[in-house]
Amino acid sequence: MSTATARDFFRRRTAWRPLEFVFWLAAFASVLVFPSRLLLVNDVAILGLFAISLDLILGFAGILSLGHAAFFGIGAYAAGLVALDLAGDPFLGLAAGGLAAGVVGLATSFLILRGSDLTRLMITIGVASIFLEIANRAEFTGGANGLSGIAIGPLVGFFPFDLYGRTAAILSLSVTFFLFLLARRLIFSPFGQSLRALKENRLRAGAIGVPTHARIVAIYTVAAIYAGIAGALLAVTTQFVSLDVLAFRRSAEVLLVLVLGGAGWLYGGLIGALVLKVLQDQVADLTEQYWEFWLGLVLVVIVLVGRDRIARLWRLPRVLLR
Amino acid sequence: MSPALETVGLEKRFGGLTAASGISLRLAHGARHALIGPNGAGKTTLINLLTGVLSPTAGRILLDGRDITATPRHRRARDGLSRTFQVNQLFPGMTPLETVHLAILERERRGGRWWQSAGSDTALVDEAEALLGRFGLETVMTEPAGILPYGYQRLLEIALALAARPTVLLLDEPAAGVPESERDRVLALITELPREVSVLLVEHDMDLVFSFAERISVLVAGAILTEGTPSEVAADERVRAAYLGEDGNG
Amino acid sequence: MLTILFDGVAYGMVLFILAVGLSVTLGLMNFINLAHGSFAMAGGYIAVLLVNRLGIPFLAALPLVFLAAALLGVVAERVLYVHVYRKSHLDQVLFSIGLVFMSVAAVDYFMGSQQQFIELPETLRRRHQILGIALGGYRAFIIVACGALAVLLELVLSRTRFGMKLRAGVDNATVARGLGINVNRVFALTFAAGSGLAGLGGALGAEFLGLDPTFPLKFLVYFLIVVAVGGTTTLLGPFVAALILGVADVAGKYYVPAAGGFIIYTVMVAILLWRPHGLFGEAR
Repeated sequence: MSTATARDFFRRRTAWRPLEFVFWLAAFASVLVFPSRLLLVNDVAILGLFAISLDLILGFAGILSLGHAAFFGIGAYAAGLVALDLAGDPFLGLAAGGLAAGVVGLATSFLILRGSDLTRLMITIGVASIFLEIANRAEFTGGANGLSGIAIGPLVGFFPFDLYGRTAAILSLSVTFFLFLLARRLIFSPFGQSLRALKENRLRAGAIGVPTHARIVAIYTVAAIYAGIAGALLAVTTQFVSLDVLAFRRSAEVLLVLVLGGAGWLYGGLIGALVLKVLQDQVADLTEQYWEFWLGLVLVVIVLVGRDRIARLWRLPRVLLR
Repeated sequence: MSPALETVGLEKRFGGLTAASGISLRLAHGARHALIGPNGAGKTTLINLLTGVLSPTAGRILLDGRDITATPRHRRARDGLSRTFQVNQLFPGMTPLETVHLAILERERRGGRWWQSAGSDTALVDEAEALLGRFGLETVMTEPAGILPYGYQRLLEIALALAARPTVLLLDEPAAGVPESERDRVLALITELPREVSVLLVEHDMDLVFSFAERISVLVAGAILTEGTPSEVAADERVRAAYLGEDGNG
Repeated sequence: MLTILFDGVAYGMVLFILAVGLSVTLGLMNFINLAHGSFAMAGGYIAVLLVNRLGIPFLAALPLVFLAAALLGVVAERVLYVHVYRKSHLDQVLFSIGLVFMSVAAVDYFMGSQQQFIELPETLRRRHQILGIALGGYRAFIIVACGALAVLLELVLSRTRFGMKLRAGVDNATVARGLGINVNRVFALTFAAGSGLAGLGGALGAEFLGLDPTFPLKFLVYFLIVVAVGGTTTLLGPFVAALILGVADVAGKYYVPAAGGFIIYTVMVAILLWRPHGLFGEAR
């Protein structure tokens, strides 16, 4: 075998596939093609980003979390509060959201380093519950009513956020795309490789020199920042923060979305978000409790059928797969 | 000059069970040292203590004179202490190329780089490929490790430990589970190791031990029974008795 | 203050009965069943139907609730859960959350979202004055009943053949199978019993825990706390954990009402940090 094969292997893995270009072109084109559904486009982009943030820890580092909404919610509240108390600049809101969530992510990352899956589950649920309680009780978060009256200024001074949602959709898509690029780079880097190793065999990873704890802390923090920015996008584009940004349902929903599309290849979260939001939109006239029932049913069916079989549906030819 | 690896009074207790007691072992530079003993003697426990998977209840471990008793696992690997596992510990979804390449990256302290593409330093990629070639794994280097035949996985297990260019290599039963036909290959690879690497070999296969080792330590019930050259150990009555099961945990 | 202790102990006892099934199934099959609360909720609502709608006396309804919930457990286990045993923890989590959502939505649809109250017999509702402390009759009943159940469980576990098989299975399922113990059957029976107990706990606790469709999710964390802190290898562990949790929660809500459940979660996180395998558990 010539040396070219080994080098080729790495080169081929990181190269952009044609379908990826199509995907993103289509994503941005949707703004022009569906001018009346821009709120939906906005929702999909935000949920997709949130799902990518969960993928970073679940799909790539094997960390089971049922409390990821904590970071989403913290980001949303941070952005909302900054807009209410400081200035309504959208980018300021996004930065505040990412920063706040990142700090909390870093601080809580140490909690999930040890222990079993169950312990991790509990700690993530516990942390999210703590923040939900705080938001519920505190004055400055608006309590059960959430934050309203958020006024966001025009994007880069020119593009106002209106009811049609065009600015919102473009902002969300752009931010998601940008963060996706960053994540893609991260996945194919040495850091990303070490994450895969510690997900597959933490014992051996340590034995070959991977500082497992440090890497987990790093990716957990990055994932928290991503989730925080997603939450901030929601606050900025809808100009409202409700208490349910921190709800358990939100953590469960993003997990479902990621599992729908398949964890471990970034596009899974985006596709899952698209499928879920479109479905939700189509059956919007059904009452809230029906939706929850179908959500549960889908989860049960996915598990019974087998996640790997579902994932095979999405085997777009040679797109990012692990 | 301090030994490549040394333990001083190393001890490990699990509640009432003493898995290792008063183990003082010295691995000379360039050593070809074997550790033998009946089942349950605590050989793998000792390896786990040396590599930091377990922490000792007493005693010290010194790597080239430096006290590493409290050093975390991954740092010991970076300091040059490498091991193989009795049961293959690989990354099933990763290819041999990626696996070995990662070990090399970590060795070069590049594992934390998130902004670079993994294969960007072609010299390291070439090194990984060359290493796999030495082990005869180049034909399968882009297959996921999990689907490789057992013999290949075992070779990868050893290759992976070598990728870090260790100064001390701990081999935990490298021939375990390897079919008769492949054992020669494993033995050849081990004997071809450069003298810069000091090797401690844990093995049950006595042919392998006696053709490889220049020095043998015998571990029985968590303690070193005796140590010496292969002929000394072979002649020792107590060693024979220990293996015949009269003593030891069996 | 003693009243708070008393109330807290009652709360803790119910929590124990509710969570003990979860602890044992986790220990036995390493299966994370987040839908455990759904069986409790089912028990509560079955009690409402039996007592309020059919007029069956409360005390007579309790064994029926146990049986109904246990039956529900058997059916769920044979039809659904059995396919998920060997799957990863992620799959188990997804599966059981799915069941929770389905059960919550179903109950909301059929019974409405308002809180349900079971008509308790007059004798239990009276307050008693014992040694100068005001003790609610119902809470006293809870403590006695749950205490008796706990003792019964311990006896079953330590004195019966079934208990021995169960303990063997929890300790090491592979070896137990090798010894000829039908671990799957033990598990099915244990799951049924655990679900039955959960249902019973739901009926008993409806009075002061609050019974509505949000029950499984609301108390999920509490069950998990009992199991994670108390460990899965003994009965004593979850028992003590449940008592501590019950007293802490009642005391917390009384003395620092603004903090709500905040304290509980913080304490839980702190304990899990200190001992990732629980106060009584062992690393598995």
